[in-house]
Amino acid sequence: MWSFFHKLGSPPWLYGISGSILRWLLPLTLLALTTGLVWGLLFTAPDFRQGNSYRIIYIHVPAAVVALAGYYVMALAGAVNLIWKMKMADVAMKAAAPIGAALTFIALLTGAIWGKPTWGTWWVWDARITSMLILLFLYLGVVALYEAFDNKEAAGKACAVLSLVGMVNIPIIYKSVDWWYSLHQPASIKFTGESTIDPSMLYPLLLMITAFYALFTCCLLMNMRAELLQRESRTNWVRKLARDGGRD
Amino acid sequence: MTAPGPFAFCLRLLRRQLLLAVRRPIEIGNPLLFFAMVVALFPLGLGPAPGQLASFAPGILWIIALLSNLLTSDAVFRSDFDDGSLEQLLLSPQPLYLSVLAYIAAHWLITGLLLALVSPLFALMLNLPSAAIGSLVASLLLGTAVLSLLGGIGAALTVGLKRGGMLISLLILPLYMPVLIFGSAAVKAAVTGAPVGPYLALLGAMLSLAIALAPMAIAAGLRISIDA
Repeated sequence: MWSFFHKLGSPPWLYGISGSILRWLLPLTLLALTTGLVWGLLFTAPDFRQGNSYRIIYIHVPAAVVALAGYYVMALAGAVNLIWKMKMADVAMKAAAPIGAALTFIALLTGAIWGKPTWGTWWVWDARITSMLILLFLYLGVVALYEAFDNKEAAGKACAVLSLVGMVNIPIIYKSVDWWYSLHQPASIKFTGESTIDPSMLYPLLLMITAFYALFTCCLLMNMRAELLQRESRTNWVRKLARDGGRD
Repeated sequence: MTAPGPFAFCLRLLRRQLLLAVRRPIEIGNPLLFFAMVVALFPLGLGPAPGQLASFAPGILWIIALLSNLLTSDAVFRSDFDDGSLEQLLLSPQPLYLSVLAYIAAHWLITGLLLALVSPLFALMLNLPSAAIGSLVASLLLGTAVLSLLGGIGAALTVGLKRGGMLISLLILPLYMPVLIFGSAAVKAAVTGAPVGPYLALLGAMLSLAIALAPMAIAAGLRISIDA
């Protein structure tokens, strides 16, 4: 177990293992995404009130769920870097921020597109939507702070502190639809008790959520690999990799 | 000479910060002047109709308080970082948590407290109903203290950077938003005659949480900035 822990700190080992994980995870993710999209968009019944417009749920909800989870990944990776000074956690934190920002943006964009036909407006200053916008700003703040430091070690620590402070916001976003009376509906999928969504719509949605988690993992690993190569560009293993034409 | 105890040290630090501020009165006056000028911008931009101004007044006053806090936050640690006394503070055996709290308390006393005390004047200029003035002052007293603590986090993280000014807004404004929501909601509730207590209680809860946790983040941020 400890040898595994020590190996995690080694860039070439991480580069190698992430490569072999990606080799099967990436095709699987693309398969799940395609299946989920085709199933959700073509083979489910239209909603009795919203018609076909509800189908954007198969992108909106997974993106929003993973955007929130991605913040925890970023903040916890930052915490690991602060506490145990693990460089690879810093790499993970830096890699997670832009992906999280992109997913939050997708959730806001699809929400706006969905809002137009169902609520009659692109945007409302509703608790859930506003707090998701704050989440986007938090992600972008981490990216901006990282870029502002010349000393990248200090940048990683500073971003870790910032993302841990911002973590206060995540439970508020998650519970915002229950705490405030808002236009955005409360969660339909419940871990305890009956879900308020029909199983024929629920299963493709669950598949899409899983696929988005897998997509997040793939993007995270690919970002981390790029970051590793850049940081270690002067080391022998990267030079050897470059000489061998990128095969690992 | 024996070293002072942590609390005595904390009080001395607070006294030093206040003394520094009093010696340069313009530093105290600037945020208030900023407050007054931005208040004057709104009737020019929105039109001077009293009814319309009154309905926007809670939000306007809170946003200006937030902005003037943001603009002064940048300077909390700046001069002590530049002349090296911050580094000495970090090396000293005194608990950094309390020292940081002294810095923030000084910042709040010379910005937030004064702003809250003069806010009734500006509230009258914007035709805010007089029934809401009490809750405006109360919400500003609680809220600006939270803002000072959060602003300190941004100041600590960016103090070592040459171009911190714009960045600190990007980092801190998302954290300010919940305070703005409940602060202006308290004033709006007072205008409509709804109970103000719950909002003030929430601001108080935020303040307790921020006093407990923010100094740790600030201390960590200062250590990172000094090391960089």
